[in-house]
Order: sequence, then C-alpha cells, then structure tokens
Amino acid sequence: MTILVNKDTKVLIQGITGGAGAFHTRQMLDAGTNIVAGVTPGKGGQKFDDKIPVFNTVSEAMEATGASASVLFVPAAFAADSVKETVAAGMDLAICITEGIPTVDMVGVRAYMENKNTLLIGPNCPGLIAPPVNQKLGITPHSVTKPGKIGVISRSGTLTYEAIGQLTALGLGQSTCIGIGGDPVGGMDFVDLLALFEEDPDTDATIMIGEIGGTAEEQAAAFIRENIKKPVAAFIAGATAPPGKRMGHAGAIIAGGKGTAAEKIAALKDAGVAVSPTPAAMGTTLASLLK
Amino acid sequence: MKIHEYQAKEIFSRYGIPVPTGEAAFEVDKAVDIAGRLIKETGSETVVVKAQIHAGGRGKGGGVKVVKGVAAAKEAASNILGMNLVTHQTGPEGKKVGRLLVEQGMDIARELYMGFVVDREKRKICLMASTEGGMEIEVVAAKTPEKILKAWFDPAIGLLPFQAREIAFGLKLEGKQVGKAVKVMSSLAKMVTAEDASLVEINPLVVTGDGDVIALDGKVTFDDNASFRQKRHLDLRDESEEDPIEAEAEALGFSYVGMDGDIGCCVNGAGLAMATMDIIKHEGGEPANFLDVGGGADAETVQKAFKIILSDDRVKSIFVNIFGGILRCDVLAEGVVGAAKEMGIEVPLIVRLEGTNVEIGRDILAKSGLKIHSAADMGEGARMAVELAKA
Repeated sequence: MTILVNKDTKVLIQGITGGAGAFHTRQMLDAGTNIVAGVTPGKGGQKFDDKIPVFNTVSEAMEATGASASVLFVPAAFAADSVKETVAAGMDLAICITEGIPTVDMVGVRAYMENKNTLLIGPNCPGLIAPPVNQKLGITPHSVTKPGKIGVISRSGTLTYEAIGQLTALGLGQSTCIGIGGDPVGGMDFVDLLALFEEDPDTDATIMIGEIGGTAEEQAAAFIRENIKKPVAAFIAGATAPPGKRMGHAGAIIAGGKGTAAEKIAALKDAGVAVSPTPAAMGTTLASLLK
Repeated sequence: MKIHEYQAKEIFSRYGIPVPTGEAAFEVDKAVDIAGRLIKETGSETVVVKAQIHAGGRGKGGGVKVVKGVAAAKEAASNILGMNLVTHQTGPEGKKVGRLLVEQGMDIARELYMGFVVDREKRKICLMASTEGGMEIEVVAAKTPEKILKAWFDPAIGLLPFQAREIAFGLKLEGKQVGKAVKVMSSLAKMVTAEDASLVEINPLVVTGDGDVIALDGKVTFDDNASFRQKRHLDLRDESEEDPIEAEAEALGFSYVGMDGDIGCCVNGAGLAMATMDIIKHEGGEPANFLDVGGGADAETVQKAFKIILSDDRVKSIFVNIFGGILRCDVLAEGVVGAAKEMGIEVPLIVRLEGTNVEIGRDILAKSGLKIHSAADMGEGARMAVELAKA
C-alpha cells in the first residue's frame, strides 16, 4: 500500500538532539511515525523527551531497537560519514535531510554504497511521507497530506508540499511522497522510484516534479516510455532561469546549454507524460489522467 | 565560486602541474616590470598579456595579446587593463578588466583539452580529454563526441595510473610526453578532490616543441558547499566579479539571483522559488528576482531578505509565496512585518501562506496593520502580483 516503508517500519533519527533534529522528531511523532531510537555520538544513554532512547552509534541503536530506516539531520560537515555509518550497519533505508554536503563527499558515499543493501534518499531533501500508514520520515508538513493512491516524486522540497497540497485539495490522496533532493549527486532517482510505484498495487498514478540541471528527467522519460504503464504527470521548474546561474539548489544549474526546462519537458511529453503548464496546475494535470 | 586564471595556475603549481612562468599585475607599470624580468630570465622576447576576468572567450574578444619586447608589452597592458571586454560568456554588457596575467611565450607543438567535472549520471568524478584543444569543449562534444576521451574515478581511490596512461596514449602522446601527461592528470585528480573543485578546465593543455606538457590556461570553480573546510579559498575571491546583491544574500545565508522584471519574489525553497518565477511569466509578468530564503531561516534573515526586495526600486509589486516546512509561517510573517515596518512598503504586497504554523503566520500578518492582498493559492497570487504591478 506504500513504497519503502510500512506501518511497522521502526525509525531511527540520527542527530536527534540537534535543533532541527529535535524539532522535526516531535513533528514526526505528531504525525504518527514509529520512532524507536535516536543517535547522537556522545549522548548515548540519554532519553529524548523522556521517551526515545539515544545511542552513540547506529549499530547499537539497531541492535537494541530493531530500527530499519534512518532519518539524518546531521550537519553537512559530518553527514557523509553518518550516511556511511548507516550503510555499514546494514539499515534498509537512509533518508538524508541535510543540505550543503560537499559534492565530493556524496561521490564518496555512492562509491561506498556499491554492493551494499541500503537505499538512500537525498541529501538536501524533505524525505518521505506515507499518509496511508501514518509514517513521516522527514520534514513534509503532514497536515496537507491525505491517504490515497497517488505517488509523488520531487527534486524540490517546497514543490513537493505544493503538489501534495493541490492533490489533497482535489480529494486525491497520496500513497507515498518522496523528495529525492536538489543536489547533483544523491541517492534514489526518478527511475528507481517510478519502478517501485509501478509495482505497488495501491498506487494508481504518479506525479514527478523535476527542475533544471542534469539529465535525471530525460532518463526518467526514457524509462517511462519502455517500462511504465500507470499514468504519469510532471512539472519542471526553472523555465525562466538564466543559464549558468545556480538557482538555490546546488544541482539546479543550466551548464553548457544542457539541463534546460525545455529539453526536459520535450522529452517527457515525447514519452507520453502529461506535463503541467504551470506549478499551480500540477494537481489538475494529474487528475485529468484519472478520468 | 569561480577564480581567475592566475589563481588557478598558482594552485596548479602547488600540485606540481607545469604552468608558464608569469605573474599577475593590477597596474601597467607592474606588468612592464614582469615582462622585462621574463624576457631576461627566459632569453625570449615573446611575452603574453592576458586579461583576467571570470569568463571564457577572452582571446576572441581582444583580451589576450602575444607580443615581442617590453615596449609592446606595455602597449598591450595599457590597452587591455581597464578595457570593457565582451565575450560570448560575459553577455553584451561585457566586463571591465582590472587584472592582468603576464607570462612567458611558449613554443606550442600541440594543443590539447583537459577537464574534470562531477558526472551526475555515473556519480563519479570524470576526467575528459581531447586532441581538439583550443576549441570550446561543448562544440567538440556536439560535433565530434568520439574525440572526447573519458575516465571516471572515485575520490577515495583516485585516478589510477593505467587510466591516465590510456588517456595519454589516446591523445597520441609519444615517448616522454606520456609520463609527463600522466603526472599532470594524476596531480589534477588529487587537486580536484583535495580542493573541492566542482570544475577544472585546461584549454589548452599544450605540448611544447621540447615535449613538455604545460597548462597554458586554467579555469577552476570550487564547490560552494565545501567552503566550510576550504577557508583559504576565501582569499581568492574577487568581489568585483560578483553581483553585490547576490554576494550580500549569500553572506546572509539565502539565495538571490537578479532578473530583469518588476515583480519581487520572496519564496522558501529553490524549486518553489523557480516555479514562482515561471508562473509569474506564465501570467504575463516578469520576475525581478529569484529569492529562496532557505529552510533554516530565522525572522532576522527573512527580514534582511525582504529588505533586499524593498530596496530594488524597479519592483512594482511583491509576491510572497511560502509553503512552510522547515521554515515556519510564523517566522516568515515576523520577518516580513519587521522589514516592512523598518523600511516602509509602497508597492502592493501579495501573500500566499501555507504549511507549518500557517494560522499563527496569518494572524501575525493580520495584526500587523500592513495592507496585504491575500491569495488562496499560488496561481491566484501570481495573477494578483502581475495585475497590481501593471496598475
């Protein structure tokens, strides 16, 4: 009924005692997330808010609590190392919220992940929310979500919220919503997640939200053409962005004339994807595919 | 962050990558001194005077002169320093040249291309090399992609010697040139990782008549995310190359990119900020800026960001489009109200608020006494911003 997590998934928070980690842990608990442990090196033995045990290492936390998914709020300078710790411990899923990790560090993380089992979402992302099972592993405001059968995949945090908000307003609930992050090098991409939604019996259609920079949307278009039978809607941000400028996200830059919104929109349309003409029409564009 | 060619070459030297002998000059007299010294040291009359700006295509724009003798070097330096250099990368407005690099002339037998980038698809660092040096690599890639040789590596392992040898032989290097090129590639690979470079380009990398392999040019861009551990790169910053507002925004912790329109945008999140510009354009307006106040913004940062928009006198309406996640709506509202009270606000303010703590945020705005046009969604907000800017 959802992808990547279910109602029994036990969640660990790395960086639980930091400012952002603590704030969002409380938000996640409010949303119903099954948080069983936290990790902050040097604070092992404490309890977060008098209830969640804090450990020094990920492997200790996993052994003691059976956590299988981790959400990372670790500062950028240490985040790559923490992701590797999560991978080494054998966690099923790592979701890295942290923004500003050096690209070279993420290249190192990807190399470290080869031949290991952990799936990575992010970094520089809002994480995952699965409304049907009340699991929020990240920072998406759960108040705008609604349980249902639409999958959401996005490179942008706030545009994910925007898409979810529009779907909910139209009465279209979501199965799982994933922000894959705005960095040049990260974890799972559109293709990986489209494949999971295709197999999920409780997802009817997917909306993917891309932006300028890189070729992930073109790869997704090629994959959709060959492999995806469920309806897909899309929106690409950055049609008005000037070339050569980094637009907030480290990965959002038109380089050498490549990575423009126009190329991505053309590739997606060519693959039969319904591309929303404006960011305000994401929900209605997807709804039009369901009739 | 971009740096100048002469700064890139100083870093190359530190990593053992051969560069022509030369020095930077900010004044003509200094350039003349350097030219005189180079002629004495090398025994050759040929020197090169190169404009130092953060843009390519300098030669075609008249910013690079190969001259013989001190007098000619003085003339070239006087002509180039202070000139407004227009290249295909500067845009039609050009860039004023404030710095020169004066170098020894080289005896060039072959011009090659060498570059390092992060390959986003393969998630590795990619070394690119080509026999077509001196040409724009984008053109080579489009017309003759088979002439670009590539090798990928993981920073923890580094570029392996056999990979560099394969490239060297692929470039048709011979004899001692092979070993020299391998050394250049290995050193550059180390430099890319150690210095957190997101782009390194040497175009051209030349083979001299004596068979030496030398970086005749150098372009380096650093990964801004790594600035916390590359403190000495801060000294390489040339503020005259930066848009002052963009630099101020960066220092305050948010992203700002100036545009040509008259509708100010204040948004949280890079994707939504881009999309907000897109929808303003879709509704027939023109955005004045891209502004992502960022997720971790506090009220003070929002206030400073909003002041930047208020101080742009082209702005005829302001669209605040917020979907609170990490950034809470109450924090945003406090910042907007603070800035508006401090500076006064003369143009229509359109606000669309959604997400975390939205009720508290709306309440703060309602009680502020500011005249606010509330929008139910971003489509309505964009339409209102466009209409009110025209009114």
